[in-house]
Amino acid sequence: MIRHELQALTGKVREKQQQYKHRICVCCGASCISSGSEEVLNKLNEEIKARGLEETVEVIPTGCMGPCNQGPLVKYLPENTIYQKVDCENLQRVVQSQLIDKKPLEDLLLFADSREKPFVDAAEDPFFKRQQKIALKDCGDINPDSIEDYLAVGGYQALDKAIFLMSPEEVISEVKQSRIRGRGGAGYPTGLKWETVYKYVSDQKYVICNGDEGDPGAFMDRSVLEGNPHRVLESMAIAGYAIGASKGYAYIRGEYPLAIKRFEQAIKQAGKLGLLGKNILGSNFSFDVEVRIGAGAFVCGEETALIASIEGKRGTPKPRPPFPAESGLWGKPTLINNVETFAAIAPIILNGGEWYSETGTAKSAGTKVFALAGKINYSGLIEVPMGTSLREIVFDIGGGIQHGAEFKAAQTGGPSGGCIPAEHLDVKMDYESLMSLGSIMGSGGLIVMDKSSDMVDVARYFMEFCMDESCGKCIPCRVGTKMMHDLIQKIGERKATRIDLDRLEELAVYVKETSLCGLGASAPNPLLSTLRHFREEYESKIQQEG
Amino acid sequence: MKSDTAVPVKEVSKTDPRIKLIAARIKKENYKPDALIEILHTAQGAYGYLPKEVLVYIAKALKLPPSRVFSTVTFYHFFSLKSKGDHTCIVCTGTACYVKGAQAILNKLEKEFGLKPGQVTTDNKLGVAVARCIGACGLAPAVVIDNDVQGKVSADAIIETINEKTGIV
Repeated sequence: MIRHELQALTGKVREKQQQYKHRICVCCGASCISSGSEEVLNKLNEEIKARGLEETVEVIPTGCMGPCNQGPLVKYLPENTIYQKVDCENLQRVVQSQLIDKKPLEDLLLFADSREKPFVDAAEDPFFKRQQKIALKDCGDINPDSIEDYLAVGGYQALDKAIFLMSPEEVISEVKQSRIRGRGGAGYPTGLKWETVYKYVSDQKYVICNGDEGDPGAFMDRSVLEGNPHRVLESMAIAGYAIGASKGYAYIRGEYPLAIKRFEQAIKQAGKLGLLGKNILGSNFSFDVEVRIGAGAFVCGEETALIASIEGKRGTPKPRPPFPAESGLWGKPTLINNVETFAAIAPIILNGGEWYSETGTAKSAGTKVFALAGKINYSGLIEVPMGTSLREIVFDIGGGIQHGAEFKAAQTGGPSGGCIPAEHLDVKMDYESLMSLGSIMGSGGLIVMDKSSDMVDVARYFMEFCMDESCGKCIPCRVGTKMMHDLIQKIGERKATRIDLDRLEELAVYVKETSLCGLGASAPNPLLSTLRHFREEYESKIQQEG
Repeated sequence: MKSDTAVPVKEVSKTDPRIKLIAARIKKENYKPDALIEILHTAQGAYGYLPKEVLVYIAKALKLPPSRVFSTVTFYHFFSLKSKGDHTCIVCTGTACYVKGAQAILNKLEKEFGLKPGQVTTDNKLGVAVARCIGACGLAPAVVIDNDVQGKVSADAIIETINEKTGIV
């Protein structure tokens, strides 16, 4: 397909969609599928056919809509009415009410069981109203199995714009102007990374998409890959064009079979239409993407370990420098970005870097996806402007703590992050503010804990995780995490003395400062942050001398 | 030639359909050693685990020392050198599930079937394992029984489902 054919196809697809009066989206994200949404989808298709509505009503499976624990979710467009906990029995009532009687079915509306007055237009609900979707836009509205659906919402227009209207330098400058920072956790300025790889001269360069989402409690990369795989693919191609790479790898966790399947399918579809492969859209630019499946090693989220894993080796990290930008995959300059970062690239190219930078705070631009889980009423996936306060996220969007219990702490950044206590509920969620509290943004997992959570046990849980996941290459991490784990356990069992606690704190600093990679360097974070904010819990558990 | 006989493992049968599947994958990957992990995924998919003779077969085909293959297999959690059981029950112990009682489910499984994570019943019918985080945090606590994710589960309901699927009472 060449350039003008893309525009023609997009027009045709849009025209075809306009013949339908209604579009019913059935959430087929991982959570809703396990609540039975696939059966609902099949039943709905039968129901529409039985009522002879298939000419005017389109039924599609979509990616994650957000409020995961209310699933299976069914959304009616254009009304934007979402129904929750839909099953094969109550489905008929929904269809009858929404499509035939033309009025919403009150008792199954989203949050009908917890809000006094549920909203007919879901966008009005506080859960959605306070969100701003950029990376997750279209996720939950389009069929991830269909490239036509993606084209209809402006898919591959950013790639078209980049290749034909912009030089690689201009693409990089646009990304720099957006001030987007790496969404994988470390927050390195993405534009700067692109520029560095661009400047190295080499016969071959690589683009890698890091989809090895290992933080327990984070599932945004999964949802993006499952809900809008083409967005990531398009952005990877844009990155390839900008830095001068012709080959990309998407490294996806083996635990995410659906994400792998949908992404591989997206690659095939794009290749067929000439949006990937040789001479994309008739230009001189060629780019191919291959999927690499992770095999369950948390450390492979670290970029040098990930590269080793793509090369088919044990995923152990290497000292940096040289950074992958200079010497990465097979020793060639390599650009590695996280899934969520890539998800924001296509909109940035399409709308401009300045547009993106208008959202968020001075140092942390744009939006961030958070995965809400734990003792919170509405767990699920949300996207908010950087700088939104934790209170807004937990109480306004998340609906507060389950069973009206008291908020104790929110854990961010997984095993590399820390806990934010109640007195800091008004902290702005951005890279710097979280760092100043001894936590990190991380990939965006946000686990809410109530008074029943034992913070010493939380610290032990994360330390056990790091101990198991340590690759064993460097001693501070391999031995240090084990020693720290045993000491925390000893405290938990009320067998420890003050000397043990002092030793634990001393060790934490050593491990933090001397480990080879981020896993070890951040492993003490959950311990240090709980010590900082909940020291009394440790103190009450240690044996007093004498 | 000596190194070939030094490994005391039995030969694989070239007519075994599972070996044919692996051979096809190796060919598709052009015998490139860097595709080792992809090939191991295929092998584990076919066998349910990675028998030693299959690892030796893969090592020979990719011209890699068996030690390199073995070291890679043992590095990654996903790969297993022993059978995981005809039916598997994987308890997610990600943070959200942990906070919501994954440990209670594990305790119950141990009490009911005498299995700790990583163990399989003597008749190989059921294996219990833990997963780091399956990304279904909105449905915590989550358990995967034979590839079906069960969300918001109680320990009792899990036992019931397992009994149904495996016929163990």
